[in-house]
Amino acid sequence: MCSKVVSHAANEGSGARRARIASRVASYFAPKTEIPGRVYATTSALTAISVFAAWSLLSYGGLVRPDFLPTPGAVLHAAWVTLADGSLLHHAWSSVTVILSGFILASVLAVPLGIMMGSFKIVEAAVEPITGFVRYLPVSALIPLLILWIGIGIEQKIAVIFLGTFFQQVILIADVSAGVSRDLVDCSYTLGAKRRHVITQVLIPATLPGVMDTLRVTMGWAWTYLVVAELVAANSGLGYMILNSMRGLFTDMIFLGILVIGLLGLITDQVMKALRAWLLPWAART
Amino acid sequence: MASLVIDDVSMRFALRRGGEVTALEHICLEVADREFSVIVGPSGCGKSTLLRLVAGLEQPSAGMIRLDGQPITGPSRDRGMVFQSYTLFPWLTVRRNVEFGLRIAGVSAAERAEIAAHFIEQVGLKGFEDAYPAQLSGGMRQRVALARALANDPKVLLMDEPFGALDSQTRALMQELLLDVWEHNHKTVLFITHDIDEALFLGDRVHVMTARPGRIREEIPVDIPRPRTFDVLTSPAFTALKRSILAHIREEAMRAVEAAAP
Ligand SMILES: Nc1ncnc2c1ncn2[C@@H]1O[C@H](COP(=O)(O)OP(=O)(O)OP(=O)(O)O)[C@@H](O)[C@H]1O
Ligand SMILES: [Mg+2]
Repeated sequence: MCSKVVSHAANEGSGARRARIASRVASYFAPKTEIPGRVYATTSALTAISVFAAWSLLSYGGLVRPDFLPTPGAVLHAAWVTLADGSLLHHAWSSVTVILSGFILASVLAVPLGIMMGSFKIVEAAVEPITGFVRYLPVSALIPLLILWIGIGIEQKIAVIFLGTFFQQVILIADVSAGVSRDLVDCSYTLGAKRRHVITQVLIPATLPGVMDTLRVTMGWAWTYLVVAELVAANSGLGYMILNSMRGLFTDMIFLGILVIGLLGLITDQVMKALRAWLLPWAART
Repeated sequence: MASLVIDDVSMRFALRRGGEVTALEHICLEVADREFSVIVGPSGCGKSTLLRLVAGLEQPSAGMIRLDGQPITGPSRDRGMVFQSYTLFPWLTVRRNVEFGLRIAGVSAAERAEIAAHFIEQVGLKGFEDAYPAQLSGGMRQRVALARALANDPKVLLMDEPFGALDSQTRALMQELLLDVWEHNHKTVLFITHDIDEALFLGDRVHVMTARPGRIREEIPVDIPRPRTFDVLTSPAFTALKRSILAHIREEAMRAVEAAAP
């Protein structure tokens, strides 16, 4: 029976083959369906190449003025120069310090507070009015106050990152901890757990995957606050580099700054992803 | 000794919008030492509520529950429970799940390992000690939950529709396995189900509950000899018992429908 199918396929006319390809292509557009890894990679590569090609065409083709859109070569050259004189690493390091300090400070406080808020109604009642109000405030609106209160040093930049992530983290983590199954908690009571065991041995481990996901997402948001953080009275950092380049219309430097921020963001995201897989193998997403 | 007495227990829940709902009304029920007691009743009649009261997870609005004469005031390891939902700790391996209660009670690592190995073998999961719950099927998870409850050596084992989420073939296997385990230790069991076959196959005694507010309508001794196998499901004694329970439940259902009509 098998051989019959094979011979049939061999004799298949070109019309049938075309129909088969058409149906396979159509299957790539069915919602919520997996597609072959090779098709996925090719499509992604095509997008990246198209963007790069469009950029090259517009800049090298002279369709856009170079002080509006630098050529890829110019950006590469800017990278080479700033790498050679060490200024790029200096700026990048300065930004990474600000982001990590603000982010770690926020996380250290937000994780326990969020877990408690989602598990204890009394904590929720106490914290909700503040988080509910502050979460919708644009961080940039607070900058004048921050300058007034803590000056224009690195503390002010860290505070911007902190404010931008802390309240979001508290709310997201409270949600994670509120989502821990009631049966799981009750079950541990029937196994002899006391309240302190429930907190340390059930609630905290049960929230870890969600906490890691939240940290990963808010780490991404922390990067988006970088330029805001380095808006005022900065003398180093990628955000500062971008703002400073604007004054001299050094678009190649602006592009370089944007590319480096994107790249660093991508790297931290991958690190967080790997960390989750390594720390929480039991919560692997399938 | 482990005799459980539920003495005229009522349970009312205050509703958020005001008013209250009566889930249980004047429940009287006794489970003798080493008896396998089953409660059957329609959905929403308060079976889970009753079991949660026995577990001490909630306090009754009226009445009292006693275990060996001692009033129940809160949850404790002498009343182990298996839930309908999957309640294994996903971050612990099978072995560490089974050891959970022992670890909290401060049992030494060597003794813990020995006890866990014994019960993991009894529920037929030897070889899966280091698996995480996410790697197990539904039936296997409930077997681990059973082993975990038994490892604590509770006086009473409470089971709230533990096989309710399983497909019918797996459920049949789990029922046989549970009886097999029970023949070994003869725990005092209070088991909840809405499946009459399951109730009669497992129980020494079946309590039939009414629709809400839940009361005990009938208490039916199941004098089918043990050890039981699936052959009993077709025996005349079984069919007769089933017919009588069905008649009670049918009457209850009719009553509920009439009560709901305007
Ligand atoms: N915490 C609660 N607050 C308010 N009402 C509740 C609460 N718990 C249970 N109830 C109500 O009590 C009644 C009995 O619920 P219960 O879960 O005990 O029923 P059940 O017999 O276990 O149902 P099922 O077969 O669906 O599991 C239901 O009407 C339910 O809405
Ligand atoms: Mg129930």
